[in-house]
Amino acid sequence: MTAAVETGLTTTIHGDRVSLLRVLGPAHVWALGVGIVLVGEFTGWNFAADKGGALAALIVCWIVGLLYTSVAMIDSEVTSTVAAAGGQYAQAKHIVGPLMAFNVALFLVFAYTMLEVSDAILLGDTIVAKAGVEGLTHNSFIAATIVVLAWLNYRGVLMTLNVNFVITAIAYVSIVILFFSVSPWTQGAVLKLNELVTPGNALPYGWIGVIAAFQFGIWYYLGIEGTTQAAEEVRSPARSLPYGTMAGMITLLIAAAMTWYVCASLMPWEYLGITYYPLWDAGKLTGSPLLENLLFIATLLAALASANGCINDAARAWFSLGRDRYLPSWFSAVHPKYRTPYRSILFLLPIALAFAFIADLNQAITFSILSGVLQYTFMSINIMMFRKKWPLGSIRRGYTHPFHPLPAIVLFCLCMVTFFAIFLGFGSQLIAMTVFYFLISLWFHFYRYKFVRRGDQFSMPWPKPQGY
Amino acid sequence: MSRYIPPEQSKAGQIFDIAVVVVAIFVALWLPLKLGLAGAAKSIDPLDAKTWDALGQNATMASIWEKLGYTPETAHDIIQNRFHYIIDWPTLIIMAIVLVAYFVFLFRASDREYREVINEKFDDK
Repeated sequence: MTAAVETGLTTTIHGDRVSLLRVLGPAHVWALGVGIVLVGEFTGWNFAADKGGALAALIVCWIVGLLYTSVAMIDSEVTSTVAAAGGQYAQAKHIVGPLMAFNVALFLVFAYTMLEVSDAILLGDTIVAKAGVEGLTHNSFIAATIVVLAWLNYRGVLMTLNVNFVITAIAYVSIVILFFSVSPWTQGAVLKLNELVTPGNALPYGWIGVIAAFQFGIWYYLGIEGTTQAAEEVRSPARSLPYGTMAGMITLLIAAAMTWYVCASLMPWEYLGITYYPLWDAGKLTGSPLLENLLFIATLLAALASANGCINDAARAWFSLGRDRYLPSWFSAVHPKYRTPYRSILFLLPIALAFAFIADLNQAITFSILSGVLQYTFMSINIMMFRKKWPLGSIRRGYTHPFHPLPAIVLFCLCMVTFFAIFLGFGSQLIAMTVFYFLISLWFHFYRYKFVRRGDQFSMPWPKPQGY
Repeated sequence: MSRYIPPEQSKAGQIFDIAVVVVAIFVALWLPLKLGLAGAAKSIDPLDAKTWDALGQNATMASIWEKLGYTPETAHDIIQNRFHYIIDWPTLIIMAIVLVAYFVFLFRASDREYREVINEKFDDK
């Protein structure tokens, strides 16, 4: 076994300092963010139509877009200033404190691991549906997806994100091709929005349905904040992270609008709300075999890109916990050859596999959304504390987001609405998960924290925070 | 302020802590599934007459259902499977209390730890 001892930002192996490689540019940041999220257009967002109707899915697409624009703005400022692996985890450590950092890392690991599980289930189900062979199950496809992608991540971050860039770009282009192939400027030929979304069925549950739809509206964009996980592997964090994140958000807003318009114009909301493959179905309903096959392949690629990015992000968050001794330091080892957090990658592999076999798609999605919303609630408070402890001008920021504190207030309010939305269908699950985070926090605060080196938790070259 | 020297954790201790975390993850995520707590609160509102018209589907919608391989009989359970949004106030209040208590504990305990970090970091200089 390799003798690994963590030392600040690097790991010492046999006397040599081995750190994560700084090899990524803005395109990789974009690919990491959009790659994780784009699968949301291929499945998941449409469950918002189930909860509130087709129009509710559009309304939440815009409003949740606002939530994520706030997330991207806030995240860009904090991460371009706190450029360390772990993203929001490193932010929490420097701004709020170790216990919050521990929780944020768990939010990240759960959100990304369950998103990876959702991707693998989607990929398996899509292949089984396409094959149409009686008795064929998705299990082998799920296992192969998770294992192969874990191996890819084990081998190196640059290769992983280069692959992500290519497959994300292909999946995105397929949505654009579908959009322009159905003559979006003409109603009646292929698209029939006014006959499918009528005054009588646009909001079948009224406004309570719109609020309920927030739960799955999150899925349009969930994971864009994952760009910050690569902070320590980006060549120029101050430039690449804001640029890659904001470009990713714009890309996703456009893709979400196109996806809703095409899907809502091609299928009744009751079907749209339950299908696992809305874009592939849209391709089928155009009657074009070319579009059908293109969207089938794009669905698989989107799922692969997302799962790939999720393994990357979850492993880095777990690695950071080990490096700071919030969890056993065994997890903090960096591979001597590939320079990846390989033990964290391998540890999370069986957890993802286990849940891929015991949870169904919308349960896995809900687990992921729950952790995501807890994290966004933290982010809205975190930016207020950041600005208070280090006002503008007191430290060098790579990027300063405008209109503060408006994005933080908007983000906090929308998180509260989303908690209520989750309560409307999955309230017991929300309580169970919060109780878990509460208990594991007690474990950390009263037991595990004794292994943590106090002063080492603050590694940024900043002045003492105001008020301390 | 004197520098805090954390105890070194034995291998057995590390393995035990890893086991605690793994068990906690599985309990938190798997138990709601096992107890049937996870999943949406939907139920089917059955109709006697299973026609496209009775199901509220116009001619365009009916043609799309048929293109997707459905008949009024097979589409019935999809179309009539509805959410019933009833606000269960006791559960909502419990959820709000749990969430608020969690965040209050999180910020207060974090602040206590953060003060130790800041004191050690800046008193060293």
